[in-house]
Formats: sequence, C-alpha cells, structure tokens
Amino acid sequence: MKRIYLDNAASSRLDDDVLKVMLPYFTEMYAIPSSQFSHQDGIEVNDAIEDARDAVADYLNVKSSEIIFTSGETESNNLAIKGYARANASKGKHLITATNEHRSVLNTFKVLEKEGFKVTYVEVDEYGHIAPEDIKAALREDTILISIALVNHEVGTIQPLKEISGQLEDSQAVLHSNLTYGAGYLALDMGGLGLSLASLSTDKANGPKGAGVVFIKDKLKINRLFEGNFNEGYIRPGMVNVPSVMGFAAAVKMFQSNSDDIERISKLRDRMIEKLLKIENTVLNGPAVERVANNVNITFYRAEGESVVLHLDMKGISVVTGSACFSKSLEPSYVMMSMGFSHERAHGSIRATLSKYTTEDEIDRTVDAMSEVVQKLRDISPIK
Amino acid sequence: MSIPYTKKILQYFLNPKNVGEIEDADATATEGSPSCGDQVKLFLKVDPETLTIKDVKFLSYGCASNIATASIITELAMGKTLEYAKNITWESANKELGGLPPVKVHCAILAVDALKSAIENYEHTHGLMKEKIPTDDKILIKRLRHVINPVAGKDVVSTKLVDSVQIKDGHVKIKVALASDHQFYNNISSEIIERLEPLWDVDKVEVIPNEN
Repeated sequence: MKRIYLDNAASSRLDDDVLKVMLPYFTEMYAIPSSQFSHQDGIEVNDAIEDARDAVADYLNVKSSEIIFTSGETESNNLAIKGYARANASKGKHLITATNEHRSVLNTFKVLEKEGFKVTYVEVDEYGHIAPEDIKAALREDTILISIALVNHEVGTIQPLKEISGQLEDSQAVLHSNLTYGAGYLALDMGGLGLSLASLSTDKANGPKGAGVVFIKDKLKINRLFEGNFNEGYIRPGMVNVPSVMGFAAAVKMFQSNSDDIERISKLRDRMIEKLLKIENTVLNGPAVERVANNVNITFYRAEGESVVLHLDMKGISVVTGSACFSKSLEPSYVMMSMGFSHERAHGSIRATLSKYTTEDEIDRTVDAMSEVVQKLRDISPIK
Repeated sequence: MSIPYTKKILQYFLNPKNVGEIEDADATATEGSPSCGDQVKLFLKVDPETLTIKDVKFLSYGCASNIATASIITELAMGKTLEYAKNITWESANKELGGLPPVKVHCAILAVDALKSAIENYEHTHGLMKEKIPTDDKILIKRLRHVINPVAGKDVVSTKLVDSVQIKDGHVKIKVALASDHQFYNNISSEIIERLEPLWDVDKVEVIPNEN
C-alpha cells in the first residue's frame, strides 16, 4: 500500500508543474548565469534567474534588488543574522530572539555570543506565542537585530510579527523573520509585516529543495559568509542552484493563487485534531487558533513518542516526535520545553504536517492507526 | 538503509515477552531516566528456598530498545538464581538482541538496572543485604560504566570520556572530556548525576566539562 507521508514541515513532495519548470535547467539551460558580456548560454540563464528574482520580489511585495538567492532555510538564516550582526556591530552588540526558534536561528545566535554579542532569548507562552510587550521590554539602546519566526516549525504557532515590529519604532533595531514555515500558507508582505530582513524556503510547501531566499531591505549592510565570485551582489558568492531557484519562483507564483488548497488543508488539519482529541488523555500542543494550516501536534500521554513513530512507520505512516529518544541530542524537544511543558508531554508528542497532496482518507487511516498503537503501548506502560 | 534495529529487536518491540504485572510480587523496582523520560517497572516472584526467580514480568514506557531489552532481560533471568540474575549485564542483553544502534544503548540500561534493583529490594526485605560500603573512586568508576557514550554505544569510562573522578565529604566531582556545547553533553552529564546521586553517602554530584 502507498505510504502516508505526514512530515511535510521537514520537506515535501515537489509540485508537478514546478518540476516541469525546473527540468529544462538541468539538460538544456545548464550554463552558469552570467553577465551580458558573456556567451549566449550564460546570458539566457541569467535572464531566467532575474525573472525568478522578479517573481519572488512580487510575492514578497519588495524590490527585486532586495532579493538574494541562497541554498535554503539554514543558509538564509545564517546569512541574514550573522551577516547583519557582524556588519552592524559598531551600532551595538545586543540581539533578541525567542527560545522556540529553529536550530538554524538559535545556533547562529550561539556563535554570535562567542563573538562577543549579547543575546536575549525571549520566553514564549504555553501556546508558543511571543508577547510583543516582551520584545519591547527586552530592547536596549544597543539592540541591533531581532529574529522571530513567522510560524513555529514544530507546533505551528503564528507570531504577531506586525505587532512586534510596531514595538520597534523608537529603536534602531531591525526585525528579521524566518518565514519558511509560513511560505505557501500565509500572505508574506514584507512591508505589512514590518520586516527588514527575512529568510525563506519553499520546500515545505511543495517547492524544491536546494534554494532559499534572503530579503534584505534597501540593501542594508550585510557581511557575506564566504568568499568567491561576485554573484548575488557579492553578498552570496558561489554557484546559484539554477533549477531549484527556477522551481522556487514557480512555487511562489503558485502560492499566490492557492487559497482553495489552504482551505482544504486547514479542514483536514481540524478533522485530524478533532478526531485525535477523542482518544483519552491526549492534548493539542500549540494554539487552536492562529495556527498554520498544515500543522498537527498532539501528545498522547503514557505512550512514548518514538515507539508510536516506529509502530506507525511499520504501518506505512511517516510522522515525527519531540521525544528525547528520537532526537539527535537525546534531549526532549526544546520547543516543547520552551512552552513550559513536562518531560512527559514532550516525550509523547507527535507532529503530523500535511500538504496539498494529503487526502481525507489518509487522515482517517492515520487517526485509526494512532488510536490502535497508542492503546497497545498504554497497555504495557507502568504509568497509570 | 532501513531502521537501524535488528529483526530481533523489532520482533520483541512488536511482541514483547513477559509483559504485565505480577500481583503478589515478592519484589518490584521502577527505574526511570529523567534525562530520557523512559520508565521500566519490573516484578519478581522468588522461591525463598532455592533463591531462584520463579516469575518475572515488566511494564515499559519507552522506546523500542527499552521494550526489547526489558523483554530479553526477563527471558535471561527467568528460572535463574538471584546470584546469576544479578550478573546479567547490558552487554549480554545487547549481544542477545544482535546489537543496538550505539545511540540507543543508553535506553537498554534501564531494564538491566530494574532487574538489579528488584533483586536488591528482595535481598533487603529478606535480610540478605550486605553491609554498606563507603563510596570511593572504584565504586564511582563502576557506576560510571553504566553511563553510555551515545556516540560509541559503549560506556563513558571505556571510551575515555571520564578525565577524573573525585569524592570528598560526600561531594563528587567528575571531569569529562567533553565541551559543554557538545551534542550529547547535557544527556551525558545528567545521566552521570542520576547514576551517582543515589549512592548512600553522596550529597552532591558535579560534572565539569572540558572547554578546551
């Protein structure tokens, strides 16, 4: 039987039309994108990349010159955060982020701390929300950068970015956001959200892997992370992943008219949550409203997450858990812990993330399988 | 590549042996790891004449390696003398299972500990306990051999992660060859503390990272 894939927030199936856009850039237009004083092959690819940049700028409602292509979410976060902090250290060395951010954000801040920057990690509430007042309270005269993701990768919490940026009026600090988990699901208007810097990838919403974007408002000063040729405004040297960038542009064009998909996905999400909460001793992690359309995160108490995941895997269903047993550091999910949850709540948490390819039948079969597996594990649990 | 569990581990995971409770158990023990969150409860029925294990059952809240190890441990202990069962090691359980992935070995220790604790509890309640021995470096090292280095799947002593051990007036200091930002530092340090704190004459356990 065909497997049921519910780990789309890790990465997702490529859209067929996006694939069609990408294919010629592997076998026909494979030259390096190059300036007008190069050969015809390079010029044609360069024109295509500039069209892609225009499409992304249109999607984010910014100027094309403010868009830099990278290899994906992690590089974009590293470039925006390290690049801005290092280039503007003379203005101040204080930075703000939140305790539940993606590792590519948190670990970047840890490196900056070693370089002498001070970082305030703002705490989140039990739903993963950041209070805009808390950002204001954390602001200092020497704060130069704040980074808050639009959507949390694990529990789907949507942050009030507009309200957060509203707190910065009297401050020199600029706001950066990792938009990756909202791309394809939420309107991303940089001006409306009050962002000066942003990172995104489309691969969680049926775009390709290997391409990312950094939005840098009005060409704010950014230090590049590595040296090379003068590509991407010499902010991001190195070969542009042409097929993936073309796919990225095709994906964001698709995002501009996908409201039917989003509505269908949110209904499936609600159906899944409603059914799962009927199982005894289960709780929803993350908010019931202000939650991204494709995220379900549930804790089954008294059933350990890795065991649930393994049972489901053997039944052909792919989900993940915040259990310590499952993590690469053998610690429970820091996102769960950041919301003040017990070890046990993190330990039994299961994340299922949907895409437009998810069907109602798949959701129903997954719920049935989860119900059966959880009962089986609870039967052998010493915790009553 | 598939899931890095052997067929035997998966079989025990899907169909664990000796699962359940013994209502009139002669001894029980619960072992839990706060750093991992897993828990194993073990029940023993002992023949007081021969001091052999008549029945042994377990309940587990944990991952596949936890469930599989608890299962194999009960099979290894069934019908054996307490003296024999006390000496069942996690290495022997691991061997029986065909080898756990290194990062998963630490979950297997719980079941072995639960068996040892249940036997100790039996000895305690039946007046078979030996006298208390003051903790020294040797005892610390012996206990540290039950803390697993998840990189290697072997204990922290044999994989040279322990730089030095010291006990003075109930205060234990363990220097480890890991920087505090190492992937497994938090896991290993909390396992060390958890392993040494129950010693009767230990008040405080301090783990000191090596930042160089």
